[in-house]
Amino acid sequence: MSDCSVAVLKAEGALLLLGNEAVARGCLEAGVKVAATYPGTPSSEVGTTLERVADKAGIYFEYSVNEKVAMEVCGAAAASGFRAFTFMKHVGLNVASDALMTLIYSGTRAGLVVMSADDPSCHSSQNEQDNRLFAKFAMMPMLEPSTPREAKEMTVEAFRLSEDLEMPVLLRTTTRVSHARGIVPLAPLRSDVPPRRFEKDPGRFVTIPANARANRLKLIARMKKALELSELSPFNFTSGRGKVGVITSGIAYTYAAEFLGEAEILKLGFTNPPPEKRIADFVSRKESVIVVEELEPYLEDEVLRIAKERGIATPIYGKRTGHLPRAFEFSPDTVLGLRSLVKVKDVPEALGPSSLRLPSRPPVLCAGCPHRATYYAVKLALGKREAVFSSDVGCYSLGIQPPLHTADFLLCMGSSVGAAGGVSQVTDQKVVAFIGDSTFFHAGVPGLINAVFNDHPFLLVILDNGTTAMTGHQPNPATGRDFGGKRTEGVDFEALVRGCGVHFVRTTDPFDIKKTKETVREALEFEGVSVVVAKHPCPLLLRKGKRLETFPHNIDQEKCVRCYTCVRKFSCPALSIKEEAVSIDPSLCIGCGCCAQVCPKGAIGVVR
Amino acid sequence: MGGQGVLLASAVLGSAALEEGKEVVMSELHGMAQRGGSVVATVRIGEGVLSPLIPSGGANLLLGFEPAESLRAIQCASKSTSIVVNVHPIVPIQVSLGLEAYPPVERILEEFARLSDLLYPIDALSVARESGSEMAVNSVLLGAVCAVKAFPLSKDTVQEELIRRVPRQSRNINETAFSLGHEKIRSLLSEQVQSPSTD
Repeated sequence: MSDCSVAVLKAEGALLLLGNEAVARGCLEAGVKVAATYPGTPSSEVGTTLERVADKAGIYFEYSVNEKVAMEVCGAAAASGFRAFTFMKHVGLNVASDALMTLIYSGTRAGLVVMSADDPSCHSSQNEQDNRLFAKFAMMPMLEPSTPREAKEMTVEAFRLSEDLEMPVLLRTTTRVSHARGIVPLAPLRSDVPPRRFEKDPGRFVTIPANARANRLKLIARMKKALELSELSPFNFTSGRGKVGVITSGIAYTYAAEFLGEAEILKLGFTNPPPEKRIADFVSRKESVIVVEELEPYLEDEVLRIAKERGIATPIYGKRTGHLPRAFEFSPDTVLGLRSLVKVKDVPEALGPSSLRLPSRPPVLCAGCPHRATYYAVKLALGKREAVFSSDVGCYSLGIQPPLHTADFLLCMGSSVGAAGGVSQVTDQKVVAFIGDSTFFHAGVPGLINAVFNDHPFLLVILDNGTTAMTGHQPNPATGRDFGGKRTEGVDFEALVRGCGVHFVRTTDPFDIKKTKETVREALEFEGVSVVVAKHPCPLLLRKGKRLETFPHNIDQEKCVRCYTCVRKFSCPALSIKEEAVSIDPSLCIGCGCCAQVCPKGAIGVVR
Repeated sequence: MGGQGVLLASAVLGSAALEEGKEVVMSELHGMAQRGGSVVATVRIGEGVLSPLIPSGGANLLLGFEPAESLRAIQCASKSTSIVVNVHPIVPIQVSLGLEAYPPVERILEEFARLSDLLYPIDALSVARESGSEMAVNSVLLGAVCAVKAFPLSKDTVQEELIRRVPRQSRNINETAFSLGHEKIRSLLSEQVQSPSTD
């Protein structure tokens, strides 16, 4: 909620904060000077909060072009002596990992904290990778909050740790922590950061092989010290009593703490390196131990190793024994399912399930979404010709839904362009790639240059809706920025695309379906790679900025011949069929006029 | 579902709980689901609450903004859960495309009634219209839940938190919507008291 974004500046007391807002507050209490991100659910609200308060709080905040650049900006800012914070969704850390894996070696001067917001159950993601394994892989200390309150406290602590160890620290949340809302007690804000300079130390910060080898040894020594800190961390604690022990972290702790009975819980918050002595001591005192964690058996494997090394014979249950699932997020029901191993709380019997068959309700492109019009026009331009649609990450991946079916291949940010090159090179099929404005800058540009360089024949349609819509309407390089006391101009698509060496580039307004169809038809005929920029602002963005002018349409039932072209082929959610008549929901219709262009009988027009 | 104001309603309940000095934990869903998909928000109020999610059968109150989506969430409820459900359907595009069917709303309500004795259906869209704006469905439903037996928050606190969050020019409409919603459920409750279920 927007009022919380400003409320995070409150001096004292407590606030009801989203986990992500609590992290943003933690940054303010920690005296962070630089923050950078690329938006991605479930991490985005950290950025939308900082965007609003950065100026007042004296923080420099930016939406970087991608996570790797954000990591580099923050890594260098921290090496310059300023506390820096970079945050991203789990797959964003893949993009940033090239910088991160070596940043770990050279380390940091001022605190550097990296937040990864993982997405178990893939609520808004293409995979459910467990980035705790990244902490282990990179050799990076890690804190894992369970609640919004801990999210704030651990953010502050992560900076202290990072400075103590002179290395970046991972703050790892999941959707249910980032998007939980809870009461967060506030500590004073810190904004007394004096100016500093980058002090040169090439032996440390220039990672040529000779320096990398020295840094590698320092890294191992730092992790040894990190283990000592983990043993003492107050974020690793026990609660409850019982012969059965439960070792847990993250959101799973909240389920275990509330819904298990007669068990002692070892709650781990400092999870890389995990506190070996504490774990060994805990396991050896128990008749049995259950490791309750989402996704990979990360802690479980550590617990098994620690017990094995010390000859502790306590049975250890979890994913490896088949008692807990590896896929998808947990819920209170997951821990209630452990009743064969531990006493669980009584919960009333659930109703249902109902046998009534309900229609599915997948997310769809909004009423008045310009992407729908673009897809419709591209399909008209193709006519009966088959094409392979290479899609990308953003609202427009919803083109997968019927009746559009404009997504055949999708991996990750920017993959539409590279993958289009792959298919068009090896088959004789027509290939059309779709990518959003923000995603194009993020990782699409190298793919386009590759297509020019290696002569891959396909059409790239850049869906320019003037915002990063899916994650909450952040600015991007095409829009320029206008917040935090800094204003920049947007990058011009046509100039950029021509600069990449593309000879066919045209811009069209998708709400003019006929012109868009003709432009696309021409682009499809072009030999080599061609680019069409379909440019129309996202109506949700306009509505947010109170700039949306609506012209609700209705249907002249006398002219309508019930062919249902508008509903069945264009499929705007504002259109529906009631007792055979098509109607337009005035609360959804923005009056883009596209269905009026689609109607073969001219039966749709502006309400007069 | 996305766009109906589920998140606003849950934020109002959460901050009302904070205002009354109660412990509260909530969960929300952001991102892709908000594009017309099904959105579930949970609010847990009480001493020592930690988990933002509710176990199956663990909800005290189910507030449904849309009948089919509410029935989909029925497993969070038990025999002792009060169920307030908006009877106005929002038909997904899959249905208009002829790919799936939306059951008659009466069938959905029958199904609810078969499963629960504590069902409070309300036509929140009509009540919102009556209050002056279709946009006030949210306020109608918030007023409605405050009338439910054993609801833990005071009606006044919830109303204050709601009004604080709506634009100044639509305050009157939302106040009316809130009161009418409250009144509807109160009268349903008193009917229940007068004619106890006979089966």
